[in-house]
Amino acid sequence: MPRKTYVAAIQEALAEEMRRDPSVFLIGEDVRIGVFPSTRGLYAEFGDKRVIDTPISELAVAGAGIGAAITGLRPIVDLMFGTFLYLAFDQIANQAGAMRYMYGGQTKASLVFMVQNGAGSSAGHHHSQAVHQFFMNMPQIKVILPSSPYDGKGLLKSAIRDDNPVLFLHSLSLGGKRSEVPTEEYLIPIGLADVKRAGSDVTICAAGPAVHTALAAAKTLASAGVDAEVIDLRSLSPWDKGAVLESVAKTGRFVAVDESFPTCSAASEWAATVAEEAFHQLKAPVQRVTNKDVPMPFSPVLEKAALPSADDVIAAVQRTLS
Amino acid sequence: MHHQGMPVDVVIDIYTRVLRIRRFEEEVGRLFRQGQLPGFVHLYIGEEAVAAGVCAALTDEDTIVSTHRGHGHVIAKGGDFKRMMAELFGKAGGYCKGKGGSMHIADFDIGMLGAIGIVGGGMPIAVGAGLSAWYTDSDRVSVCFFGDGAANEGSFHESLNLASTLTLPVIFVCENNQYGEFTPARQAMNISDIADRAVGYGIPGLVADGVDALEIYRVALAAVERARAGGGPTLIEAKTHRRGSHAEGEEAFLGGQTYRDETELAAAQAKDPLLLLHTYVSENEILPAELLEALDGEITASVQEAVAAARESPEPEIAALYEDLWA
Ligand SMILES: Cc1ncc(C[n+]2csc(CCOP(=O)(O)OP(=O)(O)O)c2C)c(N)n1
Ligand SMILES: [Mg+2]
Repeated sequence: MPRKTYVAAIQEALAEEMRRDPSVFLIGEDVRIGVFPSTRGLYAEFGDKRVIDTPISELAVAGAGIGAAITGLRPIVDLMFGTFLYLAFDQIANQAGAMRYMYGGQTKASLVFMVQNGAGSSAGHHHSQAVHQFFMNMPQIKVILPSSPYDGKGLLKSAIRDDNPVLFLHSLSLGGKRSEVPTEEYLIPIGLADVKRAGSDVTICAAGPAVHTALAAAKTLASAGVDAEVIDLRSLSPWDKGAVLESVAKTGRFVAVDESFPTCSAASEWAATVAEEAFHQLKAPVQRVTNKDVPMPFSPVLEKAALPSADDVIAAVQRTLS
Repeated sequence: MHHQGMPVDVVIDIYTRVLRIRRFEEEVGRLFRQGQLPGFVHLYIGEEAVAAGVCAALTDEDTIVSTHRGHGHVIAKGGDFKRMMAELFGKAGGYCKGKGGSMHIADFDIGMLGAIGIVGGGMPIAVGAGLSAWYTDSDRVSVCFFGDGAANEGSFHESLNLASTLTLPVIFVCENNQYGEFTPARQAMNISDIADRAVGYGIPGLVADGVDALEIYRVALAAVERARAGGGPTLIEAKTHRRGSHAEGEEAFLGGQTYRDETELAAAQAKDPLLLLHTYVSENEILPAELLEALDGEITASVQEAVAAARESPEPEIAALYEDLWA
């Protein structure tokens, strides 16, 4: 099976879905030239109508995507950085997420919002925040945060075919990462976790770049005789509660790792659910490992310290064992 | 270019500001290419006349709000090379103790209320600075720098209208460098003058030559005087040019893709605000050649001192992560 980069896998997903369905199109700032290389080459193949460059107007572009979706198209709205979604919040929270329910099931907003999520490139607070937790908090928006090229491709294709608004989050820090990506078409269902490493002593749950932090921690823990199970949730909303509870039933210990602000983070939701539904199986209190509770600093030293590290994960696992 | 009615020391002051920005930015470009600076860097080279001309028309009490391409604004307002450079290196000695970086430099002591990495994010804040001047009966004015691209954000329209309806002392300075990232302004809007948008909000909209620092000064001074006298906001569109990349390191990043044709790029590069001003100052014998050279040498040396100081400045302590959180 060929090994491909995260960027190439996303590019393939976009191209394949645009070939398959003429109602799928890409719209955003500089998507033709590709601020992020994953949209490069699409303009050459699909032309003006299917790959649309816009002025810098996030609110209008997000809303235009929604309007096009409820009149029959399947837009992919590329808003570049996660923090730029804040400018389009009204359209996403008040409109896209609510309209089907609010209008009594008459319509559906079948579109994808695509942005880079989180930190790691020392770009300062305005370009480095994780935003997934805000959208997990909104009913009726699906949220995807893949950790590998394989998952990125399969999940993006599912997102484009989904009849609901989906937020697809990719990570600059994973751009060059490679994994096997089959030549044949495949889809990964939204809402299905992947057990990256089986283990019996503790369940570590993560998504996106944090999965790699969790795996690094698990490796170190293994050499200390602790057998960690690492679950990659892949989808944050809906999320695979069943897989997590099943794992906790086996291990009795739970550590949630999430690259976002701690309060109301994804980790908070997972930890609360485990505490609520698996209380009697737990041998120790649940643990959360998140960003430090500060804005994202620019200095590479501080940025690294602000993010969850493998050491932080190991320390949390040790707390569940002591 | 002319300086009729303008004191010679104002011309020298403007020239100095332009040169300080240029020499600083050239060094930043070099450092970035050598891989010495983290993050993204957007240079102001070719646009110096705008910040220099506008800031020369301001007092120390007046405030400015800046953008992702903000180094020039900080310098023009009187910013300190050492603290700027240390910030670009992410060091503890930087203006923001290494927490802000290139896109977030601020110096509240000189009325530089911060650079903002979100396109269009500064305009509402500048309206607020104008609001507080009005509220406290101060004669302070508030300036907001922003790009042609930012004029397509909702915040531009809302801010102009708000400042207009409240008759606030705000000067909106649009640096039309013809590009927003890789998109030409002419493709992102169907008008040729952004200044025309002022009509929709009932305020003056002026076009100025953004390569001519003296013209920018004159236009800015008139807007400042009007604002101080209670006449309300002005939109100034400075027609300028981005001489290089949107962000440094762009060529490698774009993998051979280009988006500017060579004639356009060459024309943009030929319109050099420093060269124009240097020629003017020399030909009109405003400063003798030796003094011009000495000034350049002095500025270049202070840039180098700033680099040395930045290198020596310590990395922030991890404990600094938790400092400056709550007031
Ligand atoms: C809200 C928002 N959208 C998009 C971006 C990405 N971005 C950074 S600079 C830039 C171009 C800005 O163009 P302009 O306002 O003309 O300023 P210039 O870079 O030309 O100085 C874009 C799109 C951003 N930082 N913020
Ligand atoms: Mg511009």
